[in-house]
Amino acid sequence: MNERTKRIAFLGITTSVALILAYIEAILPPIWTAVPGIKVGLPNLIIVLVLYRFGFKYAAIVSGIRLIIVSMLFGNVMTLAYSVVGAVLSLLLMSILKKTDRFSTIGVSIAGAVAHNLGQIIVAIFLFETVQIGYYMVVLAVTGTIAGVFIGIGSNFLLKRTDSIKI
Amino acid sequence: MKNNSEKNQRKRNDIILAAVILIIAVAGFLFLNATKKNGSYVVVKIDGVEKYSYSITENITKEIITGENGEYTNTLVIKDGKASVLTANCPDGICVGHREISFVGETIVCLPHKVVIEVKKEASNQNLDAVV
Repeated sequence: MNERTKRIAFLGITTSVALILAYIEAILPPIWTAVPGIKVGLPNLIIVLVLYRFGFKYAAIVSGIRLIIVSMLFGNVMTLAYSVVGAVLSLLLMSILKKTDRFSTIGVSIAGAVAHNLGQIIVAIFLFETVQIGYYMVVLAVTGTIAGVFIGIGSNFLLKRTDSIKI
Repeated sequence: MKNNSEKNQRKRNDIILAAVILIIAVAGFLFLNATKKNGSYVVVKIDGVEKYSYSITENITKEIITGENGEYTNTLVIKDGKASVLTANCPDGICVGHREISFVGETIVCLPHKVVIEVKKEASNQNLDAVV
């Protein structure tokens, strides 16, 4: 099998898994209704995996396709706006931190999770001008950090398990 | 050995990163708490436009009706200087689950109905449909 075919196949699989993870997360009950937006960010497992395995370009492709399909399937224009800003910030920051080579996947995914929350908060600030959003960010920074730790550990595991796939 | 020390270095950086984020969060929380003030008005915005304004000291129950055919409702309750949403027919019910608000700048948002209930320091001078 040539490399290109392999890569397409692997990206197809990872994108599908990201979609399934997004679906699982969408049907889970909200963790805390007072602060909407607290999530584990399961699809980020895949984004981190692809980022480490194939680099920024492919992570951006998988992330982009996931966002479009997820918002068509389970969301609306509003959720798309929230997730696009979150996902772009998240991926940019993760790839910068990865480039410095000074953080493990855990540190990278913590930054990704918190940046994702930050992006959503930025959208929310434009939609509603209120200081309460500041409190949201405080809560989300804490939960984002915790989520990032778990995603980092999970991604590490996935990276080791997919070590045989060389592209 | 070099590999191992690099690993430890990364682990240390991870912890520093997490600690910095948490310290900023705690500092932000303390700052917001130190600067919060009791509000005196409760303002209802529908689709970004201020529609109703009430003094937070009065006790009222008000049905906020929105939607093209008036099919959406949120019941605003102001009691003991605090505002909350008692019932609503929105799908997520986040506004109903929201705790009572009383400090300046606090809001309850009903995203599906485009209703924002906000506590303010002073009543605004805009022309309102109802000033009580």
